[in-house]
Amino acid sequence: MIALSDYLILGGLLFVIAVAGILLNRKNLILILICIELMLLAVNMNFIAFSHFLGDMTGQVFVFFILTVAAAESAIGLAILVVLFRTRRTINVEDLDALKG
Amino acid sequence: MPMSFAAEQLLSILPEITILISAALVLMADLFSDQGASPGSVSPNRPAQAARPVRGLSHGLTLLGLVIALGLTGFVGGGTPQILFDGHLIQDAMTDLLRAAILIIGILAFVYVRPWLEERGLLIGEFYALGLLALLGMLVMVSANSFLALYLGLELQALALYALVAFERDSARGAEAAMKYFVLGALGSGLLLYGISMLYGATGSITFGPVAAALSAQETNEVLVFGLAFVVIGIGFKFGAVPFHMWVPDVYEGAPTPALLILGSAPKIAALAFAVRILVEALPSLHPDWQGMLLILSVLSMGLGNLVAIAQSNIKRMLGYSTISHVGFILLGLLAGSRQGYAAAMFYAIVYAVMAAGAFGILLILSRQGLDAERLEDLKGLNDRDAWYAAMMGLMMFSMAGVPPTVGFMAKLLVLEAVIRIDLVWLAVVAVFFSIIGAFYYLRVVKFIYFDPPAPDAPPLAGSAGVRAAITLNALAVLALGIYPAALLSLCQAAF
Repeated sequence: MIALSDYLILGGLLFVIAVAGILLNRKNLILILICIELMLLAVNMNFIAFSHFLGDMTGQVFVFFILTVAAAESAIGLAILVVLFRTRRTINVEDLDALKG
Repeated sequence: MPMSFAAEQLLSILPEITILISAALVLMADLFSDQGASPGSVSPNRPAQAARPVRGLSHGLTLLGLVIALGLTGFVGGGTPQILFDGHLIQDAMTDLLRAAILIIGILAFVYVRPWLEERGLLIGEFYALGLLALLGMLVMVSANSFLALYLGLELQALALYALVAFERDSARGAEAAMKYFVLGALGSGLLLYGISMLYGATGSITFGPVAAALSAQETNEVLVFGLAFVVIGIGFKFGAVPFHMWVPDVYEGAPTPALLILGSAPKIAALAFAVRILVEALPSLHPDWQGMLLILSVLSMGLGNLVAIAQSNIKRMLGYSTISHVGFILLGLLAGSRQGYAAAMFYAIVYAVMAAGAFGILLILSRQGLDAERLEDLKGLNDRDAWYAAMMGLMMFSMAGVPPTVGFMAKLLVLEAVIRIDLVWLAVVAVFFSIIGAFYYLRVVKFIYFDPPAPDAPPLAGSAGVRAAITLNALAVLALGIYPAALLSLCQAAF
């Protein structure tokens, strides 16, 4: 029997990996987009685990909404990425340094 | 939970429905209005297209939709608080007030942006549709009564704003600002959602009433405080409070000024509603825990915002840091944890949105083809170029600095009073100290306007009679609310 805490630890690990990927990654913007997806999926893992162990459907419904929003979010993210590449010819995170002060 | 759907509940969300229909109509109208133009391209050899009257259609539709929504807000408003759609939405005094405030600021913003867009051939339906959808997201946030509705409203607002920041397609800085905003905004949403999932696990519900009831029945435990910390971080990201402010200066500097006008004004009201709904309505029993967290955010925001703003030479970036310091003040009212404090924070957020809309509106007038007004020097000698706009900008700056009799002073006074009432006098002293530092950079702008000669090549100001009337109304509202704050304040107090 897999306990609730096991799911939560898995969710927490995925979440930490995702946040670390966003904050530490200095090379490629696409990896950041992937990490954002991973972060939302880690949250979904939490919601489903809680939903199952509480015997309450609400969490699973919430997950469907998160999945939908995540899809829209990637669409916007990729669109901005394309605009950025057209003007800059690079998607290297370190090259995004025009704005500072 | 009773599963029922009553059609009459749709009446209460008529303003939201109106905004959604306007956005859809704007997209349709734009599709059919101009076959030849390629939307979004900034090509200087086709300025004539921008001036064609049919292009003004989306502008007219947008304003019409906003005015109708404002009227409907008054029509469906009032009465006893009702909980709608299985507890996911609520309509109470706070909803009515904040809806009206967001819509009025939306109207002002769309009036201001038109000359700028026209001049650059960007008077396109997409800008209006995205702006309307962002406003729709804010309206959903102020009437949310569950984490789900709150999250959906937040994302609707955020996704529309990301696209707005990038809408000037040939601007490399705009794209970079949009990317930074997107990544950090998504990170903030992710952290917020993680906190929400923890709170759901601890309480078994996502609607605010049951969450609050479940929390008051149980002892505070680690899972709750863990979830709360993530939720507060999410709120910090959305407000742009230090240390989660990294996106604010870059987005303010890189975003096109019209997008900034929409992004920098009304969303602060929505963020306040967001914080109040979560912290005050869902998690009141955790107040001792979140008070400390907000205290840290607030002091850091006031300190860093005011100190770093002094060093800026770009006025948009300066206003970005100024926003951070104002957020510190708003959080000050929230952490007081009293009804007086919440009302003061709400008063502050509304007033800040009005001031920001006016200040960015004047920056839009100062911009000209191919060049946004964004250096502090661009404001030099504004008094000689147009004395009336100079007076209006001066009024906004005095108000942001908190000089009586403008409303900025009243807002700061109310927040400080709430903090002193809970015996945190040292905090009030810190806040006053930082706002005195902050007065320096606002008054520097006033000095540029009145005591420096204009650049010899300064072009005539953009803007139309409508813009002039709206700016005048906006600035005089800042003055009038400062002299007679009682009306707005009593509305804010009625919300709690």
